[in-house]
Formats: sequence, structure tokens, C-alpha cells
Amino acid sequence: MKKRNVRAEKTITFCNGPGCMHLESTKIIDALKQELQKRDLSYKDVKITISGCLGMCEQGPIVIVNPGYIIYGKVKLSDVSQIVEEHIIKNKPVVRLTIEQNHLYNRFFRVFGDIDFFGKQMRIALRNCGIIDPENIDDYLSVRGYEALAKVLTDLTPEQVIEQIKISGLRGRGGAGFPTGLKWEFTRKAAGDVKYVICNADEGDPGAFMDRSAIEGDPHSVIEGIIIGGYAIGATEGKVYIRAEYPLAIKRLEKAIKDAREHGFLGKNILGTDFSFDIEIRLGAGAFVCGEETALIHSIEGSRGMPRPRPPFPSVSGLFGKPTLINNVETWTNIPVIILDGAKWFSSIGTEKSKGTKVFAVAGKIKNTGLVEVPMGTTLREIVYDIGGGIPNGKKFKAIQTGGPSGGCLPEAYLDVPVDYESLSKAGSIMGSGGMIVIDEDSCMVNIARFFLEFTQNESCGKCTPCREGTKRMLEILTRIVEGKGQSGDIEKLERLGETIKKASLCGLGQSAPNPVLSTIKNFRHEYEEHINDKKCTAGECQALLSYTISDKCIGCTACKKVCPVNAITGQVKNKHIIDQQKCIKCGQCVQACKFDAIVKG
Amino acid sequence: MVATDDNKLQELKSYMDICKEKEYPDSQLIAILHKAQALYGYLKRETMDEIAVHMNIPTAHIWGVATFYHYFNLKPVGKHIISVCLGTACYVKGAGKILDAIKRHLNIEVGETTEDKIFTLQEARCLGACGIAPVIMIDEKIYGELNEAKTIELLKKYEKIQ
Repeated sequence: MKKRNVRAEKTITFCNGPGCMHLESTKIIDALKQELQKRDLSYKDVKITISGCLGMCEQGPIVIVNPGYIIYGKVKLSDVSQIVEEHIIKNKPVVRLTIEQNHLYNRFFRVFGDIDFFGKQMRIALRNCGIIDPENIDDYLSVRGYEALAKVLTDLTPEQVIEQIKISGLRGRGGAGFPTGLKWEFTRKAAGDVKYVICNADEGDPGAFMDRSAIEGDPHSVIEGIIIGGYAIGATEGKVYIRAEYPLAIKRLEKAIKDAREHGFLGKNILGTDFSFDIEIRLGAGAFVCGEETALIHSIEGSRGMPRPRPPFPSVSGLFGKPTLINNVETWTNIPVIILDGAKWFSSIGTEKSKGTKVFAVAGKIKNTGLVEVPMGTTLREIVYDIGGGIPNGKKFKAIQTGGPSGGCLPEAYLDVPVDYESLSKAGSIMGSGGMIVIDEDSCMVNIARFFLEFTQNESCGKCTPCREGTKRMLEILTRIVEGKGQSGDIEKLERLGETIKKASLCGLGQSAPNPVLSTIKNFRHEYEEHINDKKCTAGECQALLSYTISDKCIGCTACKKVCPVNAITGQVKNKHIIDQQKCIKCGQCVQACKFDAIVKG
Repeated sequence: MVATDDNKLQELKSYMDICKEKEYPDSQLIAILHKAQALYGYLKRETMDEIAVHMNIPTAHIWGVATFYHYFNLKPVGKHIISVCLGTACYVKGAGKILDAIKRHLNIEVGETTEDKIFTLQEARCLGACGIAPVIMIDEKIYGELNEAKTIELLKKYEKIQ
């Protein structure tokens, strides 16, 4: 094995998630390097590492100084010299820049500062994200990396590994929540000499970026999990199917696989045992349906990614017709922890039927957007208000959408539902892969439902009729409702179509596509009725149902008249203008042009 | 021009030779199409024919795969590719309006290229930058916390560089 790097006295970690990168964290890194050079500090004194997304996008750019886990937020170029001068040299953290602290909560897995945002979180899957340098295998080794693999290969039989996973109660994090241990057992017991392991990193849900962050922040955990899975089911080859849209994740994964090979964790006779295993990366090409396991397999085989009926399940006949074990990225990252810290410990976290933690990508109308990992059983209210910081701009909470385009919208009454597979599905939504979108009073639920259906309709592969044709008809009805052409009976038609599509579709995409529509009808029926009967959209989102008028605030500056693309605005200079409602196409450009808030939308 | 195209074809062919060495060479088709698109910017019919002959896969199958996945362009693209994120987080924060503003400004629809071949407009399904929604990506760079006015300013900057 290679000699380990000398541990630097201080480590400065930069978050390189898209949020921080956008805020030009790279420029700050360059400035820091210059500053260190100026003071003759070498890499032995201070080490600079780059981490994956830390989830605090709202506070970016984030800089962490270790030891001590001092977290700085909203760091500017001009702050760099002060951080070096006071923190690095004099050992006094720059309090002005640290993120607000609260010492009351601290249920965090590995101590990660006392910030509210992390207080109610528990990081298992993302345990190393932001702590280690994802491009340095030595860093991973220093946090007990590949120890679980060593333990498995030397102390446990494959059956014992599967037994551990079963005891842990781990369930698939891709959305459906199938017990992972059982899946492993089925694949182990399936007849066949050649078997495959697949990591599903085709994270397609709009609004979800958990897997991306896990791979960018800690690729080795995923790899270690996959190797253990390979050993347990008796496979010698693994594939990671990842979206082509994630270039950084692909790059880091490639490097991690190469490093693991060089260190003897992948390849022939791993760690000197008889077990051989290697991993190959396969790129997706932008098809949402490829997240479905049988479609994913077809895609790896080089065909159109279309699902097929199950059974036979992939555990019996999968990739190239061989028994195949498919698990999602987050599921894989949990494996080494279960082996190392014990299945019983893992099963002590969470609720009766849902064990461990779940990562959510919380976004939309919420103060702290980003990634959160919470124990199963945490309520939606805790996520939205305690961790997420509530709704910005004093707006009112309206709904929370979980599970992406396959999930549902839950109104305020459901905020105290604990997050686990059963409770969410009882409430009318799903756990899904972990997207969580907060919606406030400014958003129209009919429009949101239409948005999700437009997505699934577009992504429907076209193989089975209920999904291909049914979603299209539903979309037509929804479109006419938001355009103010809704007819009585439309709601009932949507419900009937939705139920049929759910029952008759071939794969998960179709079976869940009507969920956003059905759940919004159930919880926000009055909004549909308002659109259809009164031709009104209270949230003010449906353009066709709006009308623009000019109030007495108008001073006659003619700014609106100039931008109107259809010449619907008339009026003399210094006189109040008027909008011709017949001509107006409701594009809203006049509202933007008006400096006096004189144009009223309603 | 001819020479560089020859080089590209040569590079594609040697890539395919590597793929042929592997188990189940047909399964490498998507990787080969990625390679071809990286070289040419889009998938030409002629390129697909070359792949078909070299890999012994029917062009019809290749065409089927190329049209199935959104990532592959079947038409030439402009110098800069604008991807407007229409993921949920961006959508609730007004990505639709930004898309409309870009369409108006460039006078093209989604999937089209401007006449001067500078911009191609695409929709994206979540770029994973929900924290700074709404975002658009121009080539590889992500721009966040946008509104209609800021977006147009941004496009004007790119236009000026030309």
C-alpha cells in the first residue's frame, strides 16, 4: 500500500456544490492559495480540500476550517486575508463569519458544528461529505474507509453479510422501499454462474440531487458498498449507471475507482483474498424512465431504455439475462456503516418499519434550501421549519410535495406526518427518492399538477397504452383548465383516468404519474373548482385567468406602452394609461416595466 | 476541414475498436454515441452509418437509440447551448417566465438554434442546483438566482463577446 500523506496541521475545506461554485468559490480558493504563499505557509501546514455539496446552499460560499469544524458562510474574497491572519496563524476563528450557532441541539452523527441546520440532522449516508477530500483515497481511509470491506472479506461469509443487512432493516432508498436484505438474498439464491451488481445513479427526479452530492462528496463509500454487495451475492462485476448530466460526479467516481484499484480494493484477489471484483461506469443519456430497473438494464445493454413486465425480476434475470442486484446510490452508502457499526445499532434508528436515515433535497419556497439527512420518523414540520427555517418573505405555507413527479402534494394538515415509507403513503404521497419541494401561497396547485404531468408525459417511453395515451389526455384536460377553458365534469374525468392509469400501466412511471394530479384534487379540490367554475386563479399564476389593469398610481410615463408587444396600452404622456383587455395577451411585461407599481394583476 | 473530420472519424473508430474488445460489445452503443457527439457536436446520419458498419449493429437500431435519449442532438447546435432548468424548484421560482423571456429575446423555440448560430435553446430537467433556483446553464457554467431582466442581461453579455 502507498504511504499515507503527512497530515496537515490545518485543513481548509471548500464546498464545491453548484450553489457555492456559482458564487465563485473557485476565485476564493485561488485568493487563499496566494495569501498562504505570501506568508510562506506550505501544504504541510495548511491543506486545501474540495468537498461535495454540504447542503447549505443558502449560506454559500461555505468554507470549513479543521480541526474544530469551524464553518464560515457567505465568504467573500475580501475575507480571505482575515481568515488566514487570525484563524490560520493566530488560531482565533473569525466569529463575524461563522454561521449562527445554537448549542441546544446536537444529535449529529459526527460532530459538525452546532448550527441549527445540522442540529436535527443525523448524517449516515452523507457521513463523510464535507469532511473528507473526495478525490483523496487516504482521506477516506482515515475515516475507517474500506474497513467494512476488510471485515466482510476476512470474517464473514456471504450469508452472514446478507443476514446483517436483513437485521439492519435497511430498505431501498430509490423510492419503493423494498427490503434490501431480501433483495440480496434472492439474488444470492438465484441460479447462475455469472451475476451482476448495479448501482442506480440515474437520479432523474426534478428537484432531487442527493445522489449527485453523495457521489461528489464521498465516492468511495458508494464503491465500498458495491464491492460488499458483489461479495454477498457472488458477483465479479459491478456497473454504475450514472446520468451524463453530472460531469463532476462522473469524474470523481472515475478517479475513485482508479485509486481503489491501485490500492487493491478492486481487481483480482482483493486484499489478498480469493475474491475478485471490478466496477465499470456506464453513462445514461437523459431518459427519466431509465431510473426504473428493467429500463435501466436495457439501457446498459445498449438499447432504448424501455421497461418490461416483472416477473422475472432482475434478481432472477437481469443484465444480459443474468441474476442482477440493483440498488440506489444512497442504499449503497449505508452498507459500510451497517457492517462497521452494527446492524442492531442501525435498526435502533428510525421507526418500526423504516430504519436508518433518509436524505432529502429540500427546495422551493423555503429559507434554507439544500440537502438534509434526518432519522426516519422526523416530521415534515421539523424539516420545513426547524431545519429549513420556514417560508421566506412572510408568505404562507401551502403544500409540500414529496417524491418528485411520482409523489403527491400534502397540505398543512399533514405537516405532522412522520417521514417514513408507510406514513407518507397513507397520507397520499410517497417517500420517493427524496425530492421535497415547499410550495407557498403564490403557487397554483392546478398549475403545479400540470407541470408534473407534463414532465411524466414527456418522459413516458410510449411502450404501454395507459401511460402513453392516458397521461396525454390528462394533460390536455389540465391544460384547458389552466387556460380558462375548463368544463364541468373535468375533475371527475381526471380522477377516473388517473385511477385507470395507475392500475393498468406497466412500470412505476405510469403507475405513479397520476399521483400529483390525484393528490392535488383530493387536497385542493376548491382550486380546481375555482379555475373551472369561476375562471379564477387566486394564486395569480395562470396567465390566461388573469387580467391586468392600470391604477391611479399611473403618472403617464409611457414605459408600459413602449414594451407592450401587441399595442394593447393606450394613453397620452402624463395621463393615466388604459389596457385594452381584448388585445392584452397577459404577458406581464408591462408590470416589469412600470416603476410606480401602477399595474394591478388580478 | 476535411482533414479534421478524418481525424475525428479515426478517433471514433479507435474508440470503437476498444469497445469491441470488451464483453458484450453491442452494449457499448450509448458510450459510442456519447463519444461521437463529443467529437462532432451532434449525431449525423453518416456518423451513425459509420458506427453501424464498424460495430455491426443495424442503423435502424442506432437511430432508435439516438432518438430515444434526450441527451443526443440530431441537428447541429449553436456556439453556446442555453439549458433552462425546468426542475420543480426552478419552476416554482419562475423558470417558465425566464424561458419565455429567452424565447422572445432570441426569437426561437426550445430545441432551435438562432440564425447566427450563436445560441441553441434547450430545456433541462433539474441541474441539481436547486439551492440557487431558478438557474440556467450556458455551456458548462451555471447561473443562478435569475429573473427575466437578469437573464436577458446575461445573454447580451454573450452576444457582445461575439
